[in-house]
Amino acid sequence: MSLDKAKNLDEFMEGIWRQNPVFVMALGMCPTLAVTVSAINALSMGVATTFVLVCSCLLVSLLRKVVPKEVRIATYIVIIATFVTVVDYAIQAISLTLYEALGAFIQLIVVNCVILGRAEAHSSKVPPLPAMINAAGMGVGFTIGLLALGTVREIFGNGTLFGISLFGESFQPWVIMVLPPGGFFVLGGWLMFFAWWAKRKEGSKAVPAEGHQHA
Amino acid sequence: MHDSAAQIFISALLANNFVLAMFLGLCPFLGVSNKLGTAFPMGVATTFVMIVASLCAFGLNLLLSALGLDFLRLISYIVIIASAVQLVEMVLKKHSPSLFRALGIFLPLITTNCAVLGVALFQTAREYDFVQSLAFSLGGGAGFTLALVLMASVRERLQLSEVPSLMQGTAMTLMLAGILSLGFMGFAGVGS
Repeated sequence: MSLDKAKNLDEFMEGIWRQNPVFVMALGMCPTLAVTVSAINALSMGVATTFVLVCSCLLVSLLRKVVPKEVRIATYIVIIATFVTVVDYAIQAISLTLYEALGAFIQLIVVNCVILGRAEAHSSKVPPLPAMINAAGMGVGFTIGLLALGTVREIFGNGTLFGISLFGESFQPWVIMVLPPGGFFVLGGWLMFFAWWAKRKEGSKAVPAEGHQHA
Repeated sequence: MHDSAAQIFISALLANNFVLAMFLGLCPFLGVSNKLGTAFPMGVATTFVMIVASLCAFGLNLLLSALGLDFLRLISYIVIIASAVQLVEMVLKKHSPSLFRALGIFLPLITTNCAVLGVALFQTAREYDFVQSLAFSLGGGAGFTLALVLMASVRERLQLSEVPSLMQGTAMTLMLAGILSLGFMGFAGVGS
């Protein structure tokens, strides 16, 4: 039993750390860069994606013996599109401001390669429970990735975090951060930070630790 | 919507470039942009799919609105795009097998290219008429190709230069994309 639990935890952690969709696999880049101008947008996008991911993976896993191999991709896409439509209407009902901020990117969750990738590479081969756990891990990992970008961009570009002012009146916003190029730079900066960290962990002590690699 | 077709075309091509300003279609942008020889055909193939998808989506939207089936829009758009990609795949396989192999997995992945679905969704949201939709998809496709070709050219030259070890791979590509995007910001206001 405890072995089972350990395995489940491992499955869950995989998406958060070893195979983080944003930082390691570089999947789902479009929403990652487009909606992360503020932390709250990033968080809601992450939650919406996680919901779609978990539901679609569950359904794909349940249907894995029914769906013929030739039409599997089309089937997955239709399943995903169904859940995205649900999320789309739900967000519209819950918060119209949020709906307008995220814009077309809610509907564009359909073409997020993280989801299709999970459905094809994992859920279609395993029973529902592990499929869901893995999908949840991926979703949380994706949300963390989005938040990492969203917080940095909001703090530098707007001087706020979740809408709360951090630096007071005299803060000069670093506008480029909330503009498109900032998205590329911040993600590049995070990747460099992780590369630096991995290198340091490897124990290459001969190389002096370099400075903080934020963008 | 009073924008003329030419304005929409220029705006989608430069000021609101799909890849560098609106973050659509980044997966192929980062994935296939290491060689000029594959980047250009990829751009053309995507443009073709975009135009087909945009025109079909336009007709379909009329039908769905008339029937009051708005909630089916997303699902039907994606099915149209998948069929258009299948068409391109079949044509390429017959006429240029070498290119077909070079593009590999990225060809079927045009289906999940958000730029293609983006065209269909944005033209619906902005209520473009037929000519405007055509101009929008043409401009978007041309802009996508432009970004891809620019990126591929830079990356081809970069292969011969020394990159700091920390920045190798995706980090370097992202930084380059950021700089290109910075350049494209200079077009802000063009065509609006």
